[in-house]
Parts: sequence; C-alpha cells; structure tokens
Amino acid sequence: MTPLLSIRALSVEFDTRHGTVHALDRLSLDIAPGEIIGIIGESGSGKSVTAHAVMGILDRAARITGGEVLFQGENLLEMGRRARDGWRGRGASIIFQNPRAALNPIRAVGDQIADVVARHSSLSRRAIRARVLELLRHVRIPDPERRARAYPFQLSGGLCQRIGIAMALACAPRLLIADEPTTGLDVTTQAAIMALIRERAREAGTAVALITHDVALAAGNCDRLAIMHAGHVVEVAPTAAILARPRHPYTAGLLRSVPSLAGSLDQLQAIPGSMPDLRRPDLPPCRFAERCPRRLPRCDAPGPLALTACGPGHLVACRNLP
Amino acid sequence: MTRIGLRVLSAIPTLFGVVVITFLLTRVLPGDPAVFFASNPSMSASDIAAVRENLGLDRPLYDQFLIYLGNLAQGNLGRSIATGQPVAAEFARRLPASAELTLLAFLLAVVVAVPLGLVAALRPGSLVDHAVRLIATLGVSMPTFVSGLLLIHVFYFRAGVLPEPIGRLDPFLFEPARVTGFLTIDALISGEGQVFRAALLQLLLPAVTMALFALAPLARMTRAAMIAALGSDFIRTARAAGLSRGRIVLIYALRNAMLPVVTTMGMVFSYMLGANVLVERVFSWPGIGAFAIDSIVNLDYAPLQGFVLVMAAIFIAVNLVVDIVTVLIDPRAED
Repeated sequence: MTPLLSIRALSVEFDTRHGTVHALDRLSLDIAPGEIIGIIGESGSGKSVTAHAVMGILDRAARITGGEVLFQGENLLEMGRRARDGWRGRGASIIFQNPRAALNPIRAVGDQIADVVARHSSLSRRAIRARVLELLRHVRIPDPERRARAYPFQLSGGLCQRIGIAMALACAPRLLIADEPTTGLDVTTQAAIMALIRERAREAGTAVALITHDVALAAGNCDRLAIMHAGHVVEVAPTAAILARPRHPYTAGLLRSVPSLAGSLDQLQAIPGSMPDLRRPDLPPCRFAERCPRRLPRCDAPGPLALTACGPGHLVACRNLP
Repeated sequence: MTRIGLRVLSAIPTLFGVVVITFLLTRVLPGDPAVFFASNPSMSASDIAAVRENLGLDRPLYDQFLIYLGNLAQGNLGRSIATGQPVAAEFARRLPASAELTLLAFLLAVVVAVPLGLVAALRPGSLVDHAVRLIATLGVSMPTFVSGLLLIHVFYFRAGVLPEPIGRLDPFLFEPARVTGFLTIDALISGEGQVFRAALLQLLLPAVTMALFALAPLARMTRAAMIAALGSDFIRTARAAGLSRGRIVLIYALRNAMLPVVTTMGMVFSYMLGANVLVERVFSWPGIGAFAIDSIVNLDYAPLQGFVLVMAAIFIAVNLVVDIVTVLIDPRAED
C-alpha cells in the first residue's frame, strides 16, 4: 500500500545562540492511510520537531537542511505557501498538549472552530454555525450551543482538548497528529480523550500519529510504534512485535523502564547515560552508541545509519543486532 | 458591568485624596502670596495684613480647607490672584485648547506607532525594525522643547510652509462660533473652510512635537506585545489550521497584543498631559499647561489647585477608559 505520508531522510537544524542543534538527522518514517502510529521518545528526541516540520509550523530558528516529506506523493516542502495553507487543516492537522494555551484566550471557542471551517469551505454563515455545533456534538461536548460561546478560560482542560480535537477534525483531514494530547490532563480525562481520538479517526478513516513519551499509552492505542532517539527513528514495528521482541538496545531499555510493562517495580531499569548534546559537531552515526551496552568498533564507522528490515514490517537502525 | 460601576465609585476617594494633598502642598510652597500680591513699595504692613485677610490667608488651615471644599462643591475653583478672573472660567476657556492639542497628538502617535510596532514585530531584526528602534530612541531622548524648537526652525523659519507658532489661530482670523471649543471642529460646524485650515496648520507642529514623544513607548510596546502574541501556542494552532496570514496577524495576534498596548496608551496619554506644559510654552499655546506655570511663578494658589485637580480628574477618567476598553477586549477581565 502506498503510504499516506512518507518522510524521507529529513534533516532539521536549529540555530541557537549556543550553536547549531542537529535536531533531526536523515529521519525516515512512513504513515499508512487510516493507521494509528505511536511516535515515542524522550524529551528532545525530535518528536515534536518532526510533527512541526510535517505541518510546516517550525519556528524561525529552524532550518530544513535535507530530505522530503511526501503527502500522497506530493512533496510538502516544495509546495507554495498558499497551497500549504490550504493543505493544513484538510490534508493534516494537529492537536497540541496544553490545550488551554493552544486556544485563543479572547475568542469564543465556537468562533475559533468556525474560523477553521470558513477557511476551508465556502459555506454560508448558517451552515458554518450548524457545522460547528455538529463538530462540538461529535467530540461530546454537552450543551454545544452554550459552550460555543464560551471562552477557553471558562472551560476545563479536558473540554479545551475536545475543542482542539473538534478544530483539528473540522475539515476531515487525512492525517491527525496528536502531539502529547493528554499530557497535563487527569487520568480519566486522558482515557476519554484517547478513546475519542480513536473513535473519530476510525469513523473518518483518518490516520493518527500519536506523539508521546508514554510507552504504555502508545502501546494501548496504536497499531504501530516508532521509537525515536536523539533525532533518529531507531525502530519501527507493529505494536505487538515491538513489545514481544524489541530489537534496538534503546527500545529494549525503554520497555524495561516502563512500570506497567516491566511486571514488578524491582524489575524497572533506567537507561544509563543521557541523550548526546545535539549541538556537538562530532555526533557519531549512531547517536545511542555512547549509551549502548552492545557498542562495537563498527558502530562508529562513518556513514549514515540505515533502517533495515529484521522481520515483517519491522525496521531497526542498528549495526549490532542481538 | 458591575466591575465598571465599582471602578467609577473607587475614583471618588482618590479624587478626595487629591483635593487634600493639593490643598496642603500649595500651602507649603515657599513665599507669601499676600506679600507678593501687595508688592508695592508704598504698602505698609497693615495693607499686607488687609490683603491677607481679604484672601482668607489669616484663618487657620482647616478653616481654609473647609471654605475651599464648600466652593468646590459649587463648582467654584476660586479666583486667580494674578488675573482677577474666576479659575473655572479660565479653565473653560483653556482646557479645550489643551484637549484639542493632546487628542490630535495622541491620535497621530497611535496611528503611526501601532503599525510601526506591528511591522517591526513581523520582521524582527530587519531594516524596518531597526528604523523603528531609531525613531523611538530619538523620540524619547529628545526633550519636547528641543524637538519643538527644531520643528519650528525647519518648517516655519527655514521652509516657511507652516505658520508662526503664536497660538491657536492667526490673529487676523475670527474664531468660529463656539460649540465644542475645538477650533478645527467648530470651524467645520460653521462651515468656515479657511479657518479650519488655519487652525489645523497651527495645531500641526505642536501636535507632531507631542506625538514624537509618545511614539516611542507605543511602538516599542506594540512590537513587544506582538512578538509575544505571535510566539504563543494559539498562534501555532491557528497556523496549523491553515488560517490566512492576515487573519492570524490581525484577528488572532493583534487583538491579544492590544491588551498591554491599551494600558500603555493610558499611561502615555496621561504623560502627554504633563508634557503639554512645555509644548504649550514653546508654541505660545493658550492651554492649561501655560496657565499652570504662570500660577506657580505668581504663587497663585487657586489656579494651581484647580490645575492639579483637573489633571487628576482627567487621569482618573483615562484610567477608567483603559479599564473599560480592557474589559471589552478581554473576556477574562470581566470576572
């Protein structure tokens, strides 16, 4: 099947006062239509940068230095600004963590959803209003007529995230990127939000990229998992395969550090070391090498680290597989 | 709306405090107005005492204060020792002159500064941004009397394109029938095009002088607030939803950025009322600022108290307007 989104050898750098951060290094990842894929990694691993690069909302300091992002075969990076604006919201959309801050504090939430609907359609004012109420009902907001007139500060975090989802789904995008959508929400709200995202996506055939540092959350909700470390995708595989037999040493370490997957608390293990400083000019081809228990001299040999197949739909970027 | 009502009520004790303080402050100013007023070599000590009694200055302080309060309640601001005119009448004549000048200057400053700040924020570090910074720095660092004199030198003395800085209107023209007290508006109402033009030309230089001074804080605040707003999460959401750039900048970012800008506008406006004193001097503007300076020099209590009181009232009113506008922009402020 042709992928919906195909990120190929994407490199992104950030210019900072303290040097250039090599945030993404030749990152490749495919997302199939309608699938739910979890993109997992610790803070600074490049999950959000990947999402922002796909959406075209990287901040000023960021520079895309190579690669392509194909959406249904078309390279988004070569799209004109107007075409890209039109693609956002319809091709792909994104929901953010910290849902209240992600909404305009001084605009009624219904108007904010209406702005998105109006941007991508030529509906009449009445039709837009009806569509807004329909979207609010879809994300199960009680009393939508009244809530449409509310401001973000009058709504709970969970309700704000439902508004965010309604906005993101307003124009039936093919891909929904959920960037830590449940961080900062309480546990029951988290579950409800995840269920809602899955349900809406399944119904519309929308693919979902769930970006999270929560392995258990991703494992419980996703068809496939992509593990990121220091700007690389180190392993991609169907969820069951990766949980049963993680091939990359980082993935294995990550799974041993998750309470619900490790069995008892005594078995929990931390991954030694920390991510390398991405401003270093001499980053090794494998950015996990310096923390890796299986490091060999050939791990440090020059040349890019490729993702290679090691099972059905199972890709891993490691030169010394167990 | 109750918030606005409460805010209006809270202005009353502030105003009373101002009355007390100005009363006391003017009484501790050095010099004896009776001596000053009676400064005639032929006057004897008994003549001076008579003047003092006439002015009520021989009575105890609290008595003077009560008399002052009673007069205030009747709209009587006292009588100027120097001119012999009732202070209230003097203000009624002069306040519109100052108000016309300050309002035009404020309008000019806002109309120029907000777009400048906006453009600077959209391209930080660009040529426009640096130009705005330069203009703003020049605007604040030059005292108004210097920039005023400079403008007079260039536009009146050298280029000769603007009229002599001698007040509100060419002395050979008649003032239009008084409706608002603003010469430009009154001239328009009575349909006197020539008078309107003359009055506007007279207004231009002093207004620009004051506007230059107000430009800096407004432009800088607009820039800073816009940069903060453009960097916030909800702008990222709007961009990710594909909203057009114009809508994002004007509806999403600018409206949020206006909150601190409106507060700054209030401060700048109040500040401009103070700056008026110097600008009015330079341009021989018959406003309240020039009147206040004369009163200080002449130890003329009544107009001075009146001036401070009127200024305080305007200041309180400006703050009130800022609060109301803030509530209108920001739904969060209402609670």
